[in-house]
Amino acid sequence: MSETIISYRNVTKAFGNNRIYRDITLDIHRGETLCIIGGSGTGKSVMMKMLVGLLEPDAGDIEFFGQSIVGLKQHQWLDIRRRVAMLFQGGALFDSLTVGENIQYPMIEHKWGDKSKREKRVTEVLEMVGLGKIEELYPAEISGGMKKRVALARAIAVEPEVLLYDEPTTGLDPISIRRINGLIRNLQERLNVTSMVVTHEMPSVFTIADRIAMLHDQHIAFVGTPEEAKAIKDPWLADFIIGGEGVLNEENK
Amino acid sequence: MLRAFEFIGEVTLLSWAALKEFVIGRQDWGLIVEQLSKGGVDSWSITLLTAIFTGMVMAAQFSIGLEPFGASIYTSKLVSLGIVRELGPVLTALLVGGRVGAGFTAELGSMAVTEQIDAIRCLGANPVRKLVMPRVVAMTLIMPLLTVLADLVGCFGGGLVSMLQVDLTAQYVARQMLETIGPEDLLHGLMKSIFFGYWIAIIACWKGMNIRGGAESVGIATTETVVYISVGILVSDFVLTQLFLSIYG
Repeated sequence: MSETIISYRNVTKAFGNNRIYRDITLDIHRGETLCIIGGSGTGKSVMMKMLVGLLEPDAGDIEFFGQSIVGLKQHQWLDIRRRVAMLFQGGALFDSLTVGENIQYPMIEHKWGDKSKREKRVTEVLEMVGLGKIEELYPAEISGGMKKRVALARAIAVEPEVLLYDEPTTGLDPISIRRINGLIRNLQERLNVTSMVVTHEMPSVFTIADRIAMLHDQHIAFVGTPEEAKAIKDPWLADFIIGGEGVLNEENK
Repeated sequence: MLRAFEFIGEVTLLSWAALKEFVIGRQDWGLIVEQLSKGGVDSWSITLLTAIFTGMVMAAQFSIGLEPFGASIYTSKLVSLGIVRELGPVLTALLVGGRVGAGFTAELGSMAVTEQIDAIRCLGANPVRKLVMPRVVAMTLIMPLLTVLADLVGCFGGGLVSMLQVDLTAQYVARQMLETIGPEDLLHGLMKSIFFGYWIAIIACWKGMNIRGGAESVGIATTETVVYISVGILVSDFVLTQLFLSIYG
């Protein structure tokens, strides 16, 4: 098994009286794509947000390359955010900046190359996500699927080691979903990045996942490969995992 | 009561973070200039309009009110003092606060609900440096300038009506105004306007950054911002006036 680069250790998190999870433990290995699934409000996105310092666990520890990242000060996050990029659900592109400026944003913040190198990199990453010359357009001028791909281009611009995808295919048409899934797989193979993908869509999970972790009832109810997930016996979990795929297979017929 | 303490604590912490970013952070002057333009330069027309009519209506009222006492020749004195010490800074702040404060909250609120503020953090930047500090600095700088503009135009309007309604000469009105307004009066108004500029920006940013939910939350927060700003300006005006009067008399 390859090296563990992210470890959640007995992590507990609550928002007020609403406990999200208690004592969850999970390891993520270098180069794998781990899909986190679960019902709404089970804290899938919270797991990612804790990894980039947008939220803090109430108890427990999170290690990134063996270093605890709980309680870090603002300036200490800079290096971690250079190595971990997050793709937000709606893309979270900056409305007031062009596509090119959006992609250059993390490069400027992380002092990544000079202006010409940055512009070359913008073209390069746009090509990687299958987009042409759209640097001068504003986010309002492109489609939802293109926004997600631009957001992905922005995320990979500074060559992160870990990519976090928060519901990357939600709200997209089937062609865009297939394109985004293909990109996630392709980027993992080309760049050897480690990916965490939060999604509700089981067909996407079975397309891109090396492993699946399922959050249910305040804990991780299942961790395993897609094949192990398909063979699961627990009726509720089986219904969520296989039911979801079954429904979509029927729709695809 | 608890919410009042929370409010004071959060606004104080945000102010401290913005000050720290201004003093020790890497400055992007382009962002400050952009906010100077959005927040201040674009507000000059509304400032002019308010100030000239306020000066004119004050002069009209005073000239009639003072007439029974045979004191209407002092209209321009009263108008100029009232404008420079009080109405110039306060009315300018209320108008600019409503216009700019609502805009800041709506803009930052929309960014918050579409996760753009989280994205700023994730991409290695600090939202306080990128969003809050430039707005606070810009408003703190621009408000005294707008207040000086309001003072000049308000006095002009008041003087004009004094001339027409009380039959005073332009030289007499100008001399009275210059004799009445001392540097401490001007300073009094300008110090207030600096505080009002800071207050408008910090409240608008605090509200905007803390919006959760969707479009409805943005609307509610924008309305609350205008209320908080207006009440804060009126209350702090009284406190600051008492403070300056105790210093300058």
